[in-house]
Amino acid sequence: MTVADKTVSGTKVSITIDGQPVEVDQGQTILDGCRSAGVDTPTICYADNLTPVNVCRVCVVEVDGNRTLVPSCSRPAEEGMVVHTDSDRVRHSRKMVLEFLGSGVDLSQATEIGPWMDHYGADTARYGESPEGMNETVKIQDDLYIRDYDKCVLCYKCVEACGDDAQHTFAIAVAGRGFDARISTEFDVELPESACVYCGNCIGVCPTGALQFKSEFDMREAANWRPEEHTVTTTVCSYCGVGCNLELHVQDDTIVKVTSPADHSVTSGHLCVKGRFGWQYVQPPTRR
Amino acid sequence: MFGAGGGTSSYKEVEETDVILLWGSNAREAHPIYFHHVLKGLEKGAKMYCVDPRRTSSAKFADMWLGINVGSDVALANAIGREIIASGLTNDDFIAHSTEGFEDYKAHVENYTLEATELLTGVPASAIKEMAHAYGSAETAQILWTLGITEHHNAVDNVVALCNLALLTGHVGRWGSGLVPLRGQNNVQGGGDMGALPNKLAGFQDVVDDEARAKFEALWGHEINPTPGLHLTHMFEAMDRGELTAVYVIGENPADSEADIEHARKLLRGLDCLVVQDIFMTRTAELADVVFPASVAWAESDGTVTSSERRVQRVRKAVNAPGEAKDDIEIIGELARRMGVDWGNPTSEDLWDELRSLSPLHAGMSWRRLEDEGGLQWPCPSMDHPGSPFLHGWLWEDDLGGRGPAPFSCVDDDPPIEQLTDEFPLRLTTGRALDSYNTGVQSGGFNSPIRYGDELDLNPTDAAGLGIENGERVLVSSPRGSVEMNIRLQPDIPVGLSFTTFHFPELVDTNVLTTDQYDPRSGTAEFKAASIRVDKLAASGGLNA
Amino acid sequence: MPDLSFTDDVASAGEKAVVDEVLAVAGTAVIFETDRLIRAGLARRNERRDLLLPALHALQKESGWISPGGLNYACDQLQVPPAEGYGVASFYELFRMEEPEHEGDVVHVCIDAACQVAGNEELAQRLEAEGNHVHRGPCLGQCERAPAVFIQGLRKPDSVPADADNPLAFHQQGDPSLRLLHRLGVVDPTSLGSYLENGGYKALAKAVEMGADAVIAAVRDSGLSGRGGAAFPTGIKWRGVADETGRPRHVVANCDESEPGTFKDRILMENDPFSVIESLIIAGLATGAERGWIYIRGEYPLATERLQNAIDQSRQSGYLGDDVIRSGKRFDIEIRRGAGAYICGEETALFNSLEGFRGEPRNKPPFPTTHGLFGEPTSINNPETLVNVLDIVVRGADVYRETGTERSPGTKLFCVSGHVANTGIYEVPFGTTLGELIDLAGGATGEIQAVLMGGAAGSFVGPDAMDLPLTLEATREAGTTLGSGVVMVFDTSVNMTEIVVRITEFFRGESCGQCVPCRVGVVRQHETVVELTQKGTLEPVKAQLIDDMAMAMADASICGLGHTAAGALQSALRLGLIGGSQ
Repeated sequence: MTVADKTVSGTKVSITIDGQPVEVDQGQTILDGCRSAGVDTPTICYADNLTPVNVCRVCVVEVDGNRTLVPSCSRPAEEGMVVHTDSDRVRHSRKMVLEFLGSGVDLSQATEIGPWMDHYGADTARYGESPEGMNETVKIQDDLYIRDYDKCVLCYKCVEACGDDAQHTFAIAVAGRGFDARISTEFDVELPESACVYCGNCIGVCPTGALQFKSEFDMREAANWRPEEHTVTTTVCSYCGVGCNLELHVQDDTIVKVTSPADHSVTSGHLCVKGRFGWQYVQPPTRR
Repeated sequence: MFGAGGGTSSYKEVEETDVILLWGSNAREAHPIYFHHVLKGLEKGAKMYCVDPRRTSSAKFADMWLGINVGSDVALANAIGREIIASGLTNDDFIAHSTEGFEDYKAHVENYTLEATELLTGVPASAIKEMAHAYGSAETAQILWTLGITEHHNAVDNVVALCNLALLTGHVGRWGSGLVPLRGQNNVQGGGDMGALPNKLAGFQDVVDDEARAKFEALWGHEINPTPGLHLTHMFEAMDRGELTAVYVIGENPADSEADIEHARKLLRGLDCLVVQDIFMTRTAELADVVFPASVAWAESDGTVTSSERRVQRVRKAVNAPGEAKDDIEIIGELARRMGVDWGNPTSEDLWDELRSLSPLHAGMSWRRLEDEGGLQWPCPSMDHPGSPFLHGWLWEDDLGGRGPAPFSCVDDDPPIEQLTDEFPLRLTTGRALDSYNTGVQSGGFNSPIRYGDELDLNPTDAAGLGIENGERVLVSSPRGSVEMNIRLQPDIPVGLSFTTFHFPELVDTNVLTTDQYDPRSGTAEFKAASIRVDKLAASGGLNA
Repeated sequence: MPDLSFTDDVASAGEKAVVDEVLAVAGTAVIFETDRLIRAGLARRNERRDLLLPALHALQKESGWISPGGLNYACDQLQVPPAEGYGVASFYELFRMEEPEHEGDVVHVCIDAACQVAGNEELAQRLEAEGNHVHRGPCLGQCERAPAVFIQGLRKPDSVPADADNPLAFHQQGDPSLRLLHRLGVVDPTSLGSYLENGGYKALAKAVEMGADAVIAAVRDSGLSGRGGAAFPTGIKWRGVADETGRPRHVVANCDESEPGTFKDRILMENDPFSVIESLIIAGLATGAERGWIYIRGEYPLATERLQNAIDQSRQSGYLGDDVIRSGKRFDIEIRRGAGAYICGEETALFNSLEGFRGEPRNKPPFPTTHGLFGEPTSINNPETLVNVLDIVVRGADVYRETGTERSPGTKLFCVSGHVANTGIYEVPFGTTLGELIDLAGGATGEIQAVLMGGAAGSFVGPDAMDLPLTLEATREAGTTLGSGVVMVFDTSVNMTEIVVRITEFFRGESCGQCVPCRVGVVRQHETVVELTQKGTLEPVKAQLIDDMAMAMADASICGLGHTAAGALQSALRLGLIGGSQ
């Protein structure tokens, strides 16, 4: 597969976003421009530490001279581009994308998507009583992960994180086609039978809770997951000498989840199985 | 060596280098996130050559895997050096300006012909030549290594043999080229930084250096013993001789991790006084006279650690320590108080500032800067210094930064001390698995779906010769003892070699088998080369028969 | 490049043998040189990834499905992660991912529009009654001889029964005005000698004499534009690739003709295959590409065989190889078969498919002229577009432009099917009216209710459109399209609701699933139409929903599939063909 190089040289590019002149580095995207201009833009499949795949289409903008809308996350800014982020066409497509997703996917834990649905007035009720959904059951195949594909929006982020954007394990890929496409191991074998090495990087990038740490899932099931109370402390992993930064999410003086900052030079937000899960020794029954 | 103390390069550099020699390192499993940087380099077109007795998961990413005989690394390095010289791929300006001893080195490696080295190393001559040419003609190149280089009785020879290659080609002291030993533990680098070495004070200042010592003595108001101390292996020897009778162990588990483990445990049991400070009741703690329950350094207390790219980063308290567990600083302070010295109640930052006043490498790293800049790489001598992505840039300066040229070292092939015999005909080497760590004290805390235990990997051909099947439980014996293990047939290791991890001492006391031979200069034990035999349980009657 | 992990499933000896055969030329991605020296690495893996699709074809043919053991073996040899291999295999209609319960061939029966009105279901049931395993699937590209059948062989070549039975559906034989099809029915399609006797390879000789720049200039001056539907100027495309000097370049013949109602390229390839090869060689020499690729849909076994034969004979006679007719230029062609995916006709999806990935379109820009096959500059044209070049080179751009209209010069191939007397392929000058074309095909066999223009991705016009000139500009103005040249006639006996429901179902089945507007939009559109047929009327809120969905699909989808997926439905509603009059 080929992606456009996103190289940043010294040269600047001037574009106009919603009438406002914006300067970005050569190679930066329209989304980068929107961000530096303070234009809030919804994204689902985009992440700072992954190559843009521009599949969700919720970040589309109107660019003068382009027949269709363009994905701001992957389109490099070009000198003189005139961009509209709030035209009728843009609002319409963003609303429809959100409606489409909401009409077939459980977005109850997609905390970043919900507010945008309100913002654009997405009305999932107009698709009738029972539009076809994912119709999946929760996969619990080990003590570390759960996979609930009823919540999957096919954003490809987990595939990228498992694959050549980070881990290079390629335990999961998109299988099937069209509406039947699913994130899957080969022949849907159980995760422990697959190439999975439990780095948790797929969970780290999942925007909807479709992929979840089993510990978080269990706490949610027990109605004991209270993210609003969490403190997050950045520290350094205790295993090998690479120096990966960990963010310890703590609830009730107990570590409940570990992530890594996407902008950290060592990890780019990705960890290994030890960093992701190896903290449990801090608080086993033998110590607490 | 032409300097000390740390990897020369930043992680980012391996993303932008042209040739990577991954030598005695299974970074894919032992340093997984560093390997992400290697992968970025490979995606950008770097060629990777992997030297390892096993075809490890790391080796599978390489353009070429060279299956070297355990412990023949010096021979291979010397042959590469010879080939680089013979093919005119040396960086002659660099050699003339920045190094000394080249002529001696050239004469020394003359015997390491490709053909002779093939016999010593088991690596085909053509492959040695190809790797030499790739490294010698690359614009930038890095050599990465881990314990496959250092857990040998001739560890220091191995390291300098690799350093020679960098000096021949100028692959050091500039962006993209360098020598990168990957640290196996999260703060082994930081421990060195802080002077937790028998012959060093903080900032790698020599304990025998009167001037350096005077600086510390002035601040501390106390005289410092000018004699270098003992490293771990020497300590056990001293215990054996009855010279060392009291030991204070902080955060180590030698009763599980030492080579020839039964002997080590006996020595620990024989001490007059053993104090253990740990977060767990480890097997070592169980032997102790006094145990200080400690807090978890990276989650229950504040401080710093230093990574393999010399990046000093903050660790922070996220949760409270349980029960009576105390911060290490507090425990040591209380101990001092009982000994009649009151150090007050310093914070982590207070101690850090003291270090900065004594160690020029760290002087510019204020607590604030460490917070704001996501860590800093030493040397960072002043507050306006940005930190150092790579070391030894002075080699490329006109005046060599006021230092002397870097010396070539002449070292020879020196096979493992424990030779294979008819009685013990298999080579055993050890290493880490991805989801586990050392003796499993920490990594045992979670249920890894990919954990398989300490099995003995054996080539199917060897197994067939012994009439052993995959998964069969067998008796594994070395000159020091025997353990029962399960066999895993593994085509990725050559005939004659076996491999195991050492993460589950409560299940398999792997270190019953390993030798306690070590390098007297580094103190590292030869974990990588024991000799063993494998017997069917039915034939031997079993361990407890 | 990864440290692969495989399940315990093992390939059969037969599966190993057929995969080995595919890899024989290139060798495996890992070389076990000695027990102490193994070569592998990213470069070797990348160089071989494009053999995944041929390997999957081989496994399917050998076992009747892609078995876990077979997939493991192919993935191991190519160093493709098995999850990715599974993701690729499960993308295609022609690959089964579950072990079939039947032994033997699979008989595909088309269920799309032209076959719907020709008794396809009766045929399918009859074939089932005869003991065949029948698979009802999308258009097989044989609309002129509907209902269409294609047989996927188990351990034997795929075949189309009609290739043996039916005569060539071509009714203009001997017409001196033909520019593209003059050899059809005249030349022996299996013989280079016959091709040469009928003027073959004259254009190549002249092109070599003219030089690359002059050939591109002539193509540009001729006004030739792509005949696949997008109508991009061919000369500009070729110039763009030719200007990417210093990089390996490719030319690709897009023979993945899958638009329902389209069969023109198949008939051309089957009956004049050398002309496709000759024009692709000219494209290669003009753009500076040394590698030519033919990506042909898997349901076209005869065309594949004839093209391969044409390549082999041409290579033997020096038209392909290291020194093409002593021009000093190197050029050769490889054929790759698709495996049943409409989307792979989209040029960037085709590249991904050929490269061994899922046939998912790429976002553009960057365009294929700079980032095409293997990320390298690529010119991709369909056979009809390519063979125009022969005429342009031989007679010159000025003469070429004498036919057709100012903005649509030259002639156009049309696939006329449905309720006409003589279904088949027709070459007429641009500007011919729809009525004239239908008359040329012997006229409608009943009272015309509607005509589908451009295929499923096109739109319906009513019986009042017979005066519509068939040009790019006139159809665009009339709110319809020439598309790939589909003209499918429906008489008043047809229940158009069934046709439109099937078209929406077609898109539902063929969306790659990558982007949200298309993946979900085509499903909600289909659901809405099904609901309409159940209720009999279209509520205003649903009409609004259809328009809302159409606009989002057209505006925000990645590729043309989503952009056009609502066109036929919306036109049918406008014309009152379904849902009562608006």
